[in-house]
Amino acid sequence: MPDSMHPSRIPMVAEVIDRQQESEDVFTLRLQLIDPQQRSNYRFQPGQFNMVYLHGVGEVAISIVSDREDTTLLNHTIRAVGRVTRGLEQLQAGQQIGLRGPYGRGWPMQQSKGRDLVMVTGGLGCAPVVAAISAVEQQRVDYGRLAIIEGVRHHQDLIYPERFHHWKQMERTEVVLCCSEDKAAPWPWHTDRVTAHLDEMDIDLPQAVAFLCGPEGMMVAAAETLQQQGLAAESTWLSLERNMQCGDGFCGHCQLGGYFVCKDGPVFRWDEVGAALKVKGL
Amino acid sequence: MREQKGATLGIYFLPTEHLQRLFDQLKQAGYTVVAPQQVDGAIVYRETETASTLPQGVVDRQQPGQYRLETTPDPRYFGWSSGVQGVKSTLFPPQELLWQSTRQADGQIQFGPLRAPQQPVALLGLRSCDLAAIRLMDKHFLRSGEEDPWYQQCRSHQLLIAVSCSHASESCFCASTATGPEPEQGFDLRLDELASGFLIQAGSAVGNRLLLDLALESATELQIAEADESLGAVAASQKRAIASNDFRPHFLDKTESPIWEQIAERCLGCGNCTALCPTCFCHREEEVATLDLQQSSHQRVWDSCFSDEHSQLHGIPVRTGRRERYRQWMTHKLAGWHDQFGESGCVGCGRCITWCPVGIDLVQESARFVEAQNDA
Repeated sequence: MPDSMHPSRIPMVAEVIDRQQESEDVFTLRLQLIDPQQRSNYRFQPGQFNMVYLHGVGEVAISIVSDREDTTLLNHTIRAVGRVTRGLEQLQAGQQIGLRGPYGRGWPMQQSKGRDLVMVTGGLGCAPVVAAISAVEQQRVDYGRLAIIEGVRHHQDLIYPERFHHWKQMERTEVVLCCSEDKAAPWPWHTDRVTAHLDEMDIDLPQAVAFLCGPEGMMVAAAETLQQQGLAAESTWLSLERNMQCGDGFCGHCQLGGYFVCKDGPVFRWDEVGAALKVKGL
Repeated sequence: MREQKGATLGIYFLPTEHLQRLFDQLKQAGYTVVAPQQVDGAIVYRETETASTLPQGVVDRQQPGQYRLETTPDPRYFGWSSGVQGVKSTLFPPQELLWQSTRQADGQIQFGPLRAPQQPVALLGLRSCDLAAIRLMDKHFLRSGEEDPWYQQCRSHQLLIAVSCSHASESCFCASTATGPEPEQGFDLRLDELASGFLIQAGSAVGNRLLLDLALESATELQIAEADESLGAVAASQKRAIASNDFRPHFLDKTESPIWEQIAERCLGCGNCTALCPTCFCHREEEVATLDLQQSSHQRVWDSCFSDEHSQLHGIPVRTGRRERYRQWMTHKLAGWHDQFGESGCVGCGRCITWCPVGIDLVQESARFVEAQNDA
């Protein structure tokens, strides 16, 4: 973590500024650290995550989404699936929670400068790349062409429609949206999987960098398809998800081979983890 | 070996009848002594103030799935090989408070506090494998610049007093993992038990000060030779030897080996091996709230990679069965540790072999991967 001190293991208090419903079970908390000093010291890299704490219930690891309007806010887009996340879903503006972080290795923003970028995401997997796309937007001249491909199973699963619209207006940027299950739905975009459209983008794949985030099967398929089309394995990056409880490489739950996913990742280079992802139950 | 006289090596002699002086000295220096005790037919580490509470004249018989203490005419205090549990719980308690969250009447939340500083503890009777395990746990929890504050607090108040082994159990294989039986480093004080007393030497400035305060005679050449001979015999008597000190090449491309399934058919998934392994560090974090929900304690509790919840993601385990879980345990211990910390996570103590209820033998099972590779 070059740009920040090592985070404390005790949470900081954050206030819910507002809560937005993104889809039936996905919501975004817009949060602000209440201590001005902590707020001004807090820096994160796109792709890093926080441990989000709900009083009396517990913590979950959630990637950090940058806010479009206010850089003092930290956003977390969360699916209500377990005890903690269902509790977080009930929060109202003004309530307080705990945050500790940022943790982990983020996307390789610096080393991707000057190159074309492909972002392939599935479902909620688009959340961890939002901050990366925002970083590209802020320094648009530093990067080449940008392709954003998001796949969902059902059209109502799509979150951030306004962001995708906004990104579509950015220069040298194309956005492809795919919905794999609802063939007859009123959906103006593609009705198949993301891997069917990876050869349609105006991208120089042999010199491009790809950021992948979504279900592991989707990431493996996308990585292999892109690499067949010329993308280098060492330019293929993917964000992994595992059981993370400490966030800092101590508790041992997130291990994958010799890696602690929370500390050595969650963003990995394909050649680091690609083979392991193809083994069931590692 | 050590052929010079005790004086030049800083090795002193403590007669057996004066062992209590060491306990008194430690107490005077502010330490609580934690030392081996015989409890319910097993050697465990407990607080004590007197040398007479140490197990005396007992030897342990260990083999796969079996542990028994037997009396012996040899009246030594440390004639057994390794305790049931090492001292993992003193570095990293089975359950410990990390922080607390308090909700005020107005809904605001406050975090704190770190727990009160620990009292100085002298861990007496550590074996060479126990010292190696502490060194490995330090590598994990005290990564430079990212130290785990709770572990650090425990460790910074500990004095380590090693005792050389004069007996190896059938489960021991520390000679092959190069972690014993001689305690070579990482101790504050080291004892070697002879027929009539102890050789004692310091391995740190703190140990040296304690040693000087004891004002002992230097050990003789003969006494040092007796200790060295005993250590040589213990190493030579070990019946088990790990087949490799880096299994990474042997596990390569073996993720689907039928050996995993064969082990899983016997493994009960009980987690005894992980609870007793002195380098198993996995722990889960959990929340214990008061009934009125005003206060909540965030704790960590030892966990095992054999549990359903260990790899759970969105309610579904990544490692679904015992095949996957045993594979994780063994490959992490013998290979993953090399990637993470530059050396094996196994210290050769043999506890996972002794305490496996079905007697799965780590040494034997891991050797099958070396053989499989040689056959290939």
